Amino acid sequence: MHSVSMTVNNMVVSGDIEGRTLLVEFLRETLRLTGTHVGCDTSQCGACTVHVNGLSVKSCAMFAFQAEGTEVTTIEGVADGDKLHPMQEAFRTNHGLQCGFCTPGMVMTALALVNENPELTETDVRIGLEGNLCRCTGYQNIVKSILDGAKALRSQT
Amino acid sequence: MKPSAFKYVKPDSIRSVLEIISTNENVKILAGGQSLMPMINMRFVLPDVVLDLSQIPGMNEIKFSGESIKIGAMTRQREIIESKLLIKNCPLFVEATSLIGHRQTRNWGTIGGSLCHLDPSAELPVVARALDAVIHIESIRGKRKLAVADLPLFYMTPAIEPDELVTEIEFTPWSAGHGWGFFEFSRRVGDFAIVSAAALIELERSKTVCRASLVLGGVGSGPVRCKEAEEILLNYSEPDLIEKVCDSLRNIEVGGDSQASTKYRRHLIGVMTKRALRTAFERAQQPVIS
Repeated sequence: MHSVSMTVNNMVVSGDIEGRTLLVEFLRETLRLTGTHVGCDTSQCGACTVHVNGLSVKSCAMFAFQAEGTEVTTIEGVADGDKLHPMQEAFRTNHGLQCGFCTPGMVMTALALVNENPELTETDVRIGLEGNLCRCTGYQNIVKSILDGAKALRSQT
Repeated sequence: MKPSAFKYVKPDSIRSVLEIISTNENVKILAGGQSLMPMINMRFVLPDVVLDLSQIPGMNEIKFSGESIKIGAMTRQREIIESKLLIKNCPLFVEATSLIGHRQTRNWGTIGGSLCHLDPSAELPVVARALDAVIHIESIRGKRKLAVADLPLFYMTPAIEPDELVTEIEFTPWSAGHGWGFFEFSRRVGDFAIVSAAALIELERSKTVCRASLVLGGVGSGPVRCKEAEEILLNYSEPDLIEKVCDSLRNIEVGGDSQASTKYRRHLIGVMTKRALRTAFERAQQPVIS
């Protein structure tokens, strides 16, 4: 067991973990931040997407020690208290989720996409979602949600 | 825990990496891990030591000496796609890299990792082969260079010893105004390509081909350089040139597997090669914007 520390959702956190601990396991099991989901563990489904230093990554394909000293943002760090983030709100109002399993990863990917390109088009969204799988929605409403969320974020600034 | 237990080390210099890999058995070098991590999670790979390269300074630089371009092994795929230097001097590298995996995996995956993993359908070995790239390797015994042509020993096995570390890749960019094309076919975006084709073309003023490079991926255990096709490209300037080139590819040895039969792969070779060559020709015919 070794000590690892990083900043998660603006809080400095640390824990004693084994070298083989995945970042997603550290988030879920050590920090009890269970919003980040584990779908496949083989970096295909994107349910575990979080931001590391502002970039979207799959937290099942990283060891926690690789994130040492970085700034990590998970779905828990997105809302402002009880007030949903505009992107989360867009998923809610557009019925952008059904079972909800893929949603944390979808929202984190959406936020990374909007950060990179606030004016993104439907094509940009569809290409940008290449690394996130949804088995319920058929993606239509997810795409709609992200475009709507991007619009809401643009009108904020 | 998905992975088996191992010792995790994160050295901060190349020297200490070389010492660790020369004195320990069964060390797995972790670059970006976007291929290695799924294999560790599935316990296809059971290392005794995982050596993380992320703390070593200077391994993610992209440098152009005026003659050759050097890219550090720890350069993330995203950094390749965003590199103005590469977009200007080697757009083939950028185009192919943007097709690797998904956005999230490109944010973390590295070029050194992809080259050493040497998946038969991976994009980077194909591009590196098309560019006649050379890999720089270090060990406690010294330094050496290895042509990408000599990298694959057999299926997913590079000609790199357990005590060796790949530090960078080097290649000479083609002249300004060259044409390039990279196409691949996969059943879903981000999946491993069933077949990929990379083409580089340089035209003379008379519009005949003076330099050509054509490489296929997903066909054999490593990238397949199509020498016969390149000869045809150099010697003809007829309108049905691309058809002739594709005819010459019929002799290439092609394997079949659960992903695609030999017959289907052979069909895809023709389609991907045509697309890559047509695009390369179109781009080579456009005026150079400096």
